[in-house]
Amino acid sequence: MENFTPFEAVVGGSLIGLGAVMLFIFSGRIAGISGITSSALFSSEGRSWRLAFVAGVVAGPLLLGLLVTDFSYSTPEFGWQVIVAGLLVGIGTGWGSGCTSGHGICGISRLSPRSVTATLLFMLSGVVVATLLR
Amino acid sequence: MPIIIAFVAGLLMSVGVAYSQMIDPQKVLGFLTLNANWDPSLMLVMAAGLAVYSTGFWLFAKKDKPLFASHFSLPSKKDLDKPLIIGSLLFGAGWGLVGYCPGPALAAISSGSVGTLVFIGAMVAGWFISRRLPI
Repeated sequence: MENFTPFEAVVGGSLIGLGAVMLFIFSGRIAGISGITSSALFSSEGRSWRLAFVAGVVAGPLLLGLLVTDFSYSTPEFGWQVIVAGLLVGIGTGWGSGCTSGHGICGISRLSPRSVTATLLFMLSGVVVATLLR
Repeated sequence: MPIIIAFVAGLLMSVGVAYSQMIDPQKVLGFLTLNANWDPSLMLVMAAGLAVYSTGFWLFAKKDKPLFASHFSLPSKKDLDKPLIIGSLLFGAGWGLVGYCPGPALAAISSGSVGTLVFIGAMVAGWFISRRLPI
């Protein structure tokens, strides 16, 4: 467990919860990143606030880079894996109506049976695939 | 006002994803891969996010409307149907393959990494396919 970073996890997780609950309290919306982004692209209704949300998501690491001097992160190598994974994540969150934010944070907090089920299933298949490949 | 709220909400969530290192697929795979180096950080990120969200949600859910909108827009579906189950299993498989879910991938777009950009392109294509071919 030498890679465990509990301080960063609690602070970062709290910021995720804060941003998400802010969207609920002020706008009454669920902060699901897959749903908001795909609707911004493929539906004209409510496009402006959704694009603003996506712009905030894109700007976050740029802001953190200004605040924290040693901020850096790795990115995946280009290969068939990123194409297959991207398609699976897109089709899966489309059919499944959500991802880690909408189901995992907002839905579980609302005690939604659909979101609890979705989160258990994507955690399960994520662990199985990652563990079998490594 | 809804535009500013939405921008700040996305920004806070993304700073949280970046600060917790969940923007780094290797960090996420450290959680999803069960081995001797297992990293529980992702679970603590979720626990903290759930604690903050559920506190705010349940304190505020008693109100009849949000502060800057006429009504709450909450999902109405209740049944555990086939698209939810198959979709969530497929999403998890893609997540475990590369370590990206939608938020961290979009947050990492400014890295300009080819792997990240191709993942996002494929994810957008996947969203399009899911809308064209509902199951």
